Amino acid sequence: MDYQITVNGTSRTVSATPDTPLLYVLINQLDLKGPRFGCGLAQCGSCSVLLDGVEIRSCITPVAAVQGKALTTLEGLPALYAQQKGLAQAPAMHPLQQAFIDVQAPQCGYCYNGMTIKGSELLAKNPKPTEAQIRDHMDGHLCRCGTYPRVMKAIQLASTRMAGEVR
Amino acid sequence: MNAHQTELNFSRRDLLKGGGALIVGFSMAGVPAGGALAARGDTAVAFDMNAIDTWIAIHADNTATVYIGKGEFGQGNTTGLLQIAAEELDLDMSQMRSVQLDTNVVPNQGATTSSSSIERGGPQIRAAAAEARRALLNLASARLRMQIGSLVVNKGIVSIDGHPTQSVSYGALIGDKPFNVKFTGTAPQKSITRYKVVGTSVPRVDIPDKAAGKYIHMQHVRVAGMLHGRVVRPRGQRAYGIGAKPMAIDEASIKDIPARIVRKGDFVGVVAESEWDAIRAARALKVSWQETSALPGNADLFTRMRAAKTNDATIVDWGDADKAFKQAAYVSTATYYCPYQSHAPFGPNCAIGDVSPDRALVICSTQDIYNTRDMLAAVLSMPVDKVRVQYVEGSGTYGRSCYDDAAQAAAVMSQAVGKPVRVQFMRSDEHGWDDYGPAHLADVRAAIDANGKIVAYEYHGWQHGWMINETTHELVLNTPPKERTTGAGSIPVNRMSTGSMYQMADRRVVSHMVPMEGLLKGAPLRSPLDLAFAFASEQSIDELAVAAKLDPLEFRRKNIGDARWLGVLNAAAQAAAWTPKISGSALGSGEVVTGRGIGVGTHHVSYGAAVAEIEVNKRTGVIVAKRLFGALDAGQIVNPAAVEAQIMGQMIQATSRTLKEEVLFDKEGVTSLDWMSYPVLRFAEHPEVTPVVVQRLDEPSSGAGEEVMGATTAAIANAFYDATGVRLRQFPMTPDRVKAALAART
Repeated sequence: MDYQITVNGTSRTVSATPDTPLLYVLINQLDLKGPRFGCGLAQCGSCSVLLDGVEIRSCITPVAAVQGKALTTLEGLPALYAQQKGLAQAPAMHPLQQAFIDVQAPQCGYCYNGMTIKGSELLAKNPKPTEAQIRDHMDGHLCRCGTYPRVMKAIQLASTRMAGEVR
Repeated sequence: MNAHQTELNFSRRDLLKGGGALIVGFSMAGVPAGGALAARGDTAVAFDMNAIDTWIAIHADNTATVYIGKGEFGQGNTTGLLQIAAEELDLDMSQMRSVQLDTNVVPNQGATTSSSSIERGGPQIRAAAAEARRALLNLASARLRMQIGSLVVNKGIVSIDGHPTQSVSYGALIGDKPFNVKFTGTAPQKSITRYKVVGTSVPRVDIPDKAAGKYIHMQHVRVAGMLHGRVVRPRGQRAYGIGAKPMAIDEASIKDIPARIVRKGDFVGVVAESEWDAIRAARALKVSWQETSALPGNADLFTRMRAAKTNDATIVDWGDADKAFKQAAYVSTATYYCPYQSHAPFGPNCAIGDVSPDRALVICSTQDIYNTRDMLAAVLSMPVDKVRVQYVEGSGTYGRSCYDDAAQAAAVMSQAVGKPVRVQFMRSDEHGWDDYGPAHLADVRAAIDANGKIVAYEYHGWQHGWMINETTHELVLNTPPKERTTGAGSIPVNRMSTGSMYQMADRRVVSHMVPMEGLLKGAPLRSPLDLAFAFASEQSIDELAVAAKLDPLEFRRKNIGDARWLGVLNAAAQAAAWTPKISGSALGSGEVVTGRGIGVGTHHVSYGAAVAEIEVNKRTGVIVAKRLFGALDAGQIVNPAAVEAQIMGQMIQATSRTLKEEVLFDKEGVTSLDWMSYPVLRFAEHPEVTPVVVQRLDEPSSGAGEEVMGATTAAIANAFYDATGVRLRQFPMTPDRVKAALAART
């Protein structure tokens, strides 16, 4: 059946059985590259998206459950950031994405959808997180290449930049 | 065009010719060059490894494409190899690009394994680039009417030395035309003293798109008309050799799902238009599998291994170890137990097969497109030259995960249904049907004389070998078990990781190869078994240091003569601000105690050393790695920042494997099927890591992606002793094992 869902500010019509996890609609019908399959069990954070600004696992969230709410995927993160900060124009990337480049964080990069979504969620509600808060907040997101220290560093760098201390 | 972007060479023509498939979601950045080079990719060709055109193309816009045959897996080798080529060609990194690996497009540089890209692939790229530069200078010499010795090159502009206006660009000399020049074997390679690009930390070319979410991983690839496939197997592999024999398939069990069953031999899969339907069908399909209880289960694994009829090989036999042990002042004797561990890519493997009666295209994340092509030809019963394999980076694989299995499954299902099929392994497929890093059992004896010098060393290791064919291959063709135990690519005990760094006259290393049949499937897992070897070997060495009443760093310095081993040992110790203390001589009394340890290790050639600082909670048994310091000497390091990232990744992954990772199985099959039943190191648990690159520009490059892992495991294990005064001789060092070891002391 058809569903109206709002993804990155745009209303989209998708067709799926009610139990179809949101992930498969996002990747196969809307051709999005941010959320990606990792476990299908909500254990790893690969498929994360924001639902009204809160990180959820799209691999276990039925498409029927997200109607009437605002979904943001990695693709929509710069625009969401602009909205949150009252910027006139969306930047090319969220500051955390730029920080990931600057600290040369990703290796295979597959987990970085989740790292970016979850890290941006933290920075939106807590602009100056402590190391302990970052560790706690990010703990549901696995990285198999072992880049946790640089995710940490990038979140701290983005936090500093977003506060306008460094440009 | 972003010159750094890796060109994805799925030419539209090829795919249309091959049955209407068309890649969507790819930018066609880096459109293949015109002229003769445009044909590249149409057919399988035998590349002339001594022809410049095989390796390098110069374009009219004065950029270069390097046909690198080693895959990018997130380790940064593409950047490093482009640096080598840019250096020899006197081009800027912004002028360099590579292409996606493709059996019709890139030469066979061998598998992207053993951290060999820079070590073995680098010299090939360097030689080709030097030959290309020489050929370009020959052309420039004729154009500018000036001898080569008077020409200089800057960013691909050749000019007469001292007359910068008298110049011609590489692009103007040959742009998009073939060189048609063979290697001369005499093209001069740049002196190290003139290096501008090699040895510098150029930002990795793959990172911007990975951070921006624009990078195309294998899991993102879609082709037109594609169906979704899933494999159907028992949840968790059974004893190797038993396979997965379907006794009965209840087709009615999925009658309400629009999906089709594919069966070929013992291979079972489902295909559907919708991915969710394929997933539902794979779950719902009722298959009665042949029953088995042939595995030993974790509890009896090591008993089974020791009792096995083994194929033994003496790897090292120096002097008279038996005699030396009899005369020693102190002998340490211990047995160590090391688990099966899974590659467990963060994203399970994915592949697309597009097979028609006379040709096959398979897109996957293999470490060796050419070997994958050969294996696919066998599974599909097709001539090798009709099979084309393209590589797209997937989620990090750390050795041979299920990429070939997924590729073969996609090809088999596509062949059966006559349409392109995308197979995405589910988490339980990848975890449960992995070719695991094999378990290991070690008996180690090591001895010192009264002066604290190591006088004898003996290492007996038990492990099985690696898969030769993949599971889909074996299921489809019903071929018998086939295991690699000898020859190139096999895994006897590694002589480099078992005491090779210490000076002694009497040393023996014996490998006891256990048959894989009846156990779990094996394959190389990042730094294969080196974590196990170092866990065993370096704990025994550490015991000797305690017996000699010496600080473990001092003891190692006293027993190591090689300057490069001493170099990494000292570099790691210095980074950690090591202060001398006999291990375990100052035990804390609280519930949480701290310790620090040191260890050395390698994989093949490079030199690794690590220091670990840990906390042990004696009540809960939880070990927390707080700070790690790792030093690596891999000869000439082309990109120090990329190697620092590799050291960090190795140390985090080694911590995970040392403290947490173990494949669980009962007599029937594997029960580690997800991240709950196979826990790995989590974000909140990660240690701080300080990587130290020991640069030796004048030494040949050697591997940099695996060689600090063993040292890290050893350092953590030795830190545990320092913290508690107890040796833990089995990893992963889980809370239960920690508590049991501490309880056994009293």
